[in-house]
Amino acid sequence: MTLPTDLSRRALLMKLGIFFNSIVAVILAVPVVRYLLSPITRGRKDGYDSWVTLGNLDQFPSGETRLATYRNPVVNSWDGATADIACWVRNVDGKSYQVFAINCAHLGCPVRWFPQSSLFMCPCHGGAYYQDGSRASGPPERGLFEYHYKIDGGKLFIRAGDMPTPGQASNIVRGIQPCA
Amino acid sequence: MRLISSIGGWLDERLQIASTIRETAEHEVPRKTASWFYVFGSAAFAVFMLQIVTGILLALIYVPSAGQAWSSLQTLNHDVALGWYIRALHGWGSDFMVALVLIHMVQVFLFGAYKFPRELTWIVGVFLLLVTLGMAFSGQVLRFDQDAYWGLGIGASIASRVPLIGPLIVNLLLGGPIIAGATLSRFFALHVFVIPGLLIAFVSVHLLMVVKLGINEWPMPGRLVRKATYIKEYHELTKKDGVPFVPGAIWKDMFFSALILFSLALCAYHYGPFGPSGPPDPTIIQTVPRPDFFFLWLYAILSYLPASMETPALLIGPVVGILALLLLPFLAGEGEKSWRRRPAAVLTVLLAAVALATFTHLAQHTPWSPVMDAWSGIPIPNQFLKNRTALERQGALVFQVKQCHNCHSLANEGGKRGPALDSVALRLTQDQLIRQVIQGGGNMPAYGKNLSPAETTALVAFLESLHPAGQPPARDASRTMALGAKTGGAAPSSP
Repeated sequence: MTLPTDLSRRALLMKLGIFFNSIVAVILAVPVVRYLLSPITRGRKDGYDSWVTLGNLDQFPSGETRLATYRNPVVNSWDGATADIACWVRNVDGKSYQVFAINCAHLGCPVRWFPQSSLFMCPCHGGAYYQDGSRASGPPERGLFEYHYKIDGGKLFIRAGDMPTPGQASNIVRGIQPCA
Repeated sequence: MRLISSIGGWLDERLQIASTIRETAEHEVPRKTASWFYVFGSAAFAVFMLQIVTGILLALIYVPSAGQAWSSLQTLNHDVALGWYIRALHGWGSDFMVALVLIHMVQVFLFGAYKFPRELTWIVGVFLLLVTLGMAFSGQVLRFDQDAYWGLGIGASIASRVPLIGPLIVNLLLGGPIIAGATLSRFFALHVFVIPGLLIAFVSVHLLMVVKLGINEWPMPGRLVRKATYIKEYHELTKKDGVPFVPGAIWKDMFFSALILFSLALCAYHYGPFGPSGPPDPTIIQTVPRPDFFFLWLYAILSYLPASMETPALLIGPVVGILALLLLPFLAGEGEKSWRRRPAAVLTVLLAAVALATFTHLAQHTPWSPVMDAWSGIPIPNQFLKNRTALERQGALVFQVKQCHNCHSLANEGGKRGPALDSVALRLTQDQLIRQVIQGGGNMPAYGKNLSPAETTALVAFLESLHPAGQPPARDASRTMALGAKTGGAAPSSP
């Protein structure tokens, strides 16, 4: 009769062993998951969504659309050229501006501005946009993404930090924001 | 010789593995499966081994840093002895491996090898296809050039369309809010640690099951698979008409693998490495991003899907496709194996092959993309300018300057986005041309705001002159009546 008791004692010890290991697994897993999710949980702090300058206003003549570049507000030293982002600045009438993301609203390829026909064209799948950024033709479901902008001390600033994607459209509101 | 066998004996006394290896090697397989049709899986495995070796060799030089990866690839191409060749082997190895996995899958499907009791072997095979494609995509990212950068943008744009959590997935995928250093680092970890680990695990299980369950017998029309009797029948077959795998069947695998590896080496030597294209600098926008060969079909589909269909198709399509592959052995786990009696299976393969080939072909020519420099780089052919009036030639100038040529071809030169205009005057009357130019429509932008009345008049006059010599342009009959004997007002269209 001692044998079954002995076995069940060992079985209990094994179950305890599994239990201890489960607890340790959870203790180890929590920081691992937290680490893996850091691109999300890092959240909107550290100024990653902030005002950056595109340069003096006189670079953007009235009635014209020009390419501008800025350095992403949050960078690491090993980002290299990938932290330099381009965008299109349209000086509507000398007073109001539109700043468009370089990324096509279809799948993010870089759109090019053709002043002669006043169209933005995308080299990937043939999306085209009018000069005000609205959709002209092709697969995009919407117009170009627009940055909020402000003018401060003769310089043009935009609110930047995210790569605009179609699913994120709510983050980048269309329409010109009043100067902050 | 005696020394070798005594060392072998010493090792096996401790490893206790020789008998298992001998059993595995000499297990009986049906004589007819020692066939040239059964060599694709082993060839894919051989290429995978080569990928591991060349991958490690590349890692000796490659720097997985967004700021330096591109220049380390240049160093590999130009400064390291035969670095270009190792890169070429690895790049071509990727294409060979995807191709072999696909061919192997088609063979298994047509020979009914996914049926009982090999359902799980097939399912693991589907995962092997997915991780192989994952290797191909992540490898394309590690070749950190313009195509890689904008390809990541396309991937992020697709991922962002997932309802609710789309933007979060994008941040996880990119390792941050933009494509930057963290993005390359995580794709490096995926390509070098995570996905190869999965690949090795899946390959091991896959091979284990092939050995344990036996290689699929040659399918005979009319010999049906039944769960109750199959295993017994298979064992009788191998007993009655079997050959040991080594050397009865393996020599064909070895011959074919050698041929494949040799072809791979030749391709790598002759065609050289893939890229890298321009540096991954997003401020260089003069670029036409293009995915690697095995993702071209997807690139084409993305262009042809109507806007309303795009998000559902992108998110539901892959799930349905993968589910169909995974459920196949459960829906058709018994019955006929031979492709001769499975017309639906043959048609499915043909349809898939034709569809993939067509989309790949289209993506190599991208008829949907504007030719960005056609307006300045491709002149209007002479036959469309000869014997034309001054107004018509002015219109030809407008045609170039307003970038019409980027989307419309003349004499097959220029963009293919819109219809060719060689004989547009036969299709549209003057009024219709004016309306189309000014208001656009049918996927053409409206040019009303960008053309002065004089430019529109000239452009339409040029378009009206585009018709074959013997055929008069389309005319609106009611107009002649309304205006009496007078013509519509534009320049005469015949030369």
